[in-house]
Amino acid sequence: MSRRRPGRLSARDLVGLGVFGLRTRPARVVLSALGIAIGIAAMIAVVGISSSSQAALARVLDGLGTNLLQVTPGRDALGTDVPLPEASRDMLDRRPDVEQAAGVGRVPGQRVYRSDRIPAAASGGITLDVALGDLEGVLRSEMSSGTWFGDASDDLPQVVLGSTAAATLGLDRVHPGSRVWIDGRWVAVVGVLAPLPLAPDLDSSALVPESTAADEFGWDGRPTRLFARADPERVAAVRDVLARTVNPAEPTAVTVSRPSEALAAQQASEASFTGLLLGIGGVALLVGGIGVANTMVITVLERRAEVGVRRALGARRRHIRDQFLVESLLLSLLGGAVGVALGAAVTAVFALSQGWPVVVPAWAAVGGLVATVVIGGVSGLYPASRAARIPPTSALAAA
Amino acid sequence: MSGVETVGGLVGTTRASSEATTTPTAAEAVLELRGVTKVYGGLAALGGVDLSVTRGEFLAVVGPSGSGKSTMLNVMGTLDRPTTGSVRVAGHEVGGLGDDALSRLRAEHIGFVFQHFHLASGATATENVADGLLYAGVPRRERIDRARGALDRVGLGHRVDHRPHQLSGGEKQRVAIARAIVGEPALLLADEPTGALDSVSGAAVLRLLDDLNAGGTTVVVITHDLSLAATLPRRVRMRDGLIEGEVLR
Repeated sequence: MSRRRPGRLSARDLVGLGVFGLRTRPARVVLSALGIAIGIAAMIAVVGISSSSQAALARVLDGLGTNLLQVTPGRDALGTDVPLPEASRDMLDRRPDVEQAAGVGRVPGQRVYRSDRIPAAASGGITLDVALGDLEGVLRSEMSSGTWFGDASDDLPQVVLGSTAAATLGLDRVHPGSRVWIDGRWVAVVGVLAPLPLAPDLDSSALVPESTAADEFGWDGRPTRLFARADPERVAAVRDVLARTVNPAEPTAVTVSRPSEALAAQQASEASFTGLLLGIGGVALLVGGIGVANTMVITVLERRAEVGVRRALGARRRHIRDQFLVESLLLSLLGGAVGVALGAAVTAVFALSQGWPVVVPAWAAVGGLVATVVIGGVSGLYPASRAARIPPTSALAAA
Repeated sequence: MSGVETVGGLVGTTRASSEATTTPTAAEAVLELRGVTKVYGGLAALGGVDLSVTRGEFLAVVGPSGSGKSTMLNVMGTLDRPTTGSVRVAGHEVGGLGDDALSRLRAEHIGFVFQHFHLASGATATENVADGLLYAGVPRRERIDRARGALDRVGLGHRVDHRPHQLSGGEKQRVAIARAIVGEPALLLADEPTGALDSVSGAAVLRLLDDLNAGGTTVVVITHDLSLAATLPRRVRMRDGLIEGEVLR
């Protein structure tokens, strides 16, 4: 008898009462928990998919490296375009904190055609660019077909196509004898590049080697864009001095950027969209919470006799209130747990279909469950206080 | 209010008759009503009732519907408070107790049996009976053990894991009785305990109550069934909110 604690129900007893209350009305429990589950699942899926996509980007950036710097021509104080000096690539190469440098030079006015039968106007927007140095290595690009420039196997000049350019020309795969028509002559296609995340505008380029460009297409020898792989420890420092390095005379007329930052910024703009979707999930959750409150109100109305019996057995108002509150919490928590599982499953399916790593942040799962506890508590407060006010005589009145 | 006054005129005679027929000493009284009235919206459901129930008694409160029996039950069971007058249960003056204290009083000293059993449909007989100790702060293990014991006492030791829908009406009522007595209450209140049963089951339930009474439990049965009441040692007859008369056997 010493262990008696009248006036208190243990947590286990309360949970037992709550589980029992739910177990006797399974259909209603499933339907009202579903509302919460959908809301939580939507939010978890939004966060999970966004996190998975970020993880995928991080993985891509890891492969591409974040130490790539891009140098493009700018304008002087008068607004005149200032081209990069011819020797600028060599200047980059000479810096000890630049591991590797490469570039491209635009050959103006040249168009690339599938064959000599295509009308000149139907150029498809493909530009002709010169690959300077180890462009493939600096951009860490991969060939989707064929090879980078190699030994000339026949007498024709050679070209490597960017992924978009190849698709436009209908040359997704390179065969021996694949050719395109440039500036009134046939050029052999030796390779097609995979998309270049760090230099996406080169995807619509046809690239030719330096010697071919000067000899065959009249390139003026000026680079239009340079890429430098900086010492990973000193990327920021290198970035600051790069303009002066490539054009000591007019450093302000040079633009230096870090392409990996552009990718990250793009991700950030997607994050604001994620916020919107989260808001929609929140509305779904709110509606789910109202569903729980509704269910609990009806449950309380139906269980006046049970409340009366419990009061007759000695339950205090607080016991009745706690019983229904716990029931509401469990109902909501059940929905939350199902929702977290569902959201994680949706994330996994979507991420795997995109070839992304599956990431469901722990804070989202925990946050989702905490949110459902709060919702269950708030939704249960009013019905539970109503139940507590049911008079003890109700067991007898309900014949 | 005129109703109260009209009935109030009869209080004296009621009191006189009850004093004439019951002679318990205060120490033995499990339940004591003194001048109890209950007024609902100007209508007096109880018009001034005196009643004393001694430990070990077995009595019936009889009367037609509307006679105030149910209100009597509510007041005796501390489910409702009287408008005026005094109610003492197991030595506690109800008027001075708050809602929590009344709940505790019910948990520890009063057992209820209802006409319609009011068992939890999804729970086993043992779980239903164990609920009778839930609010008295008894630990779970002990509740289950004592529930089994109580089911044994009502002759359902072989039905401990059955659920209400697997039991007959008479068995359900015996489970409900086990729930009422599992806490060893000073007072067992039964509201039409045989009202929803056939005559055979009803007789068995009555025998059970008789056995419990023989074992020392104080039992008050509220019923409109005169033939049932006729078998009990003491009958209190109610009419229009007053005790009309009393028979001791």
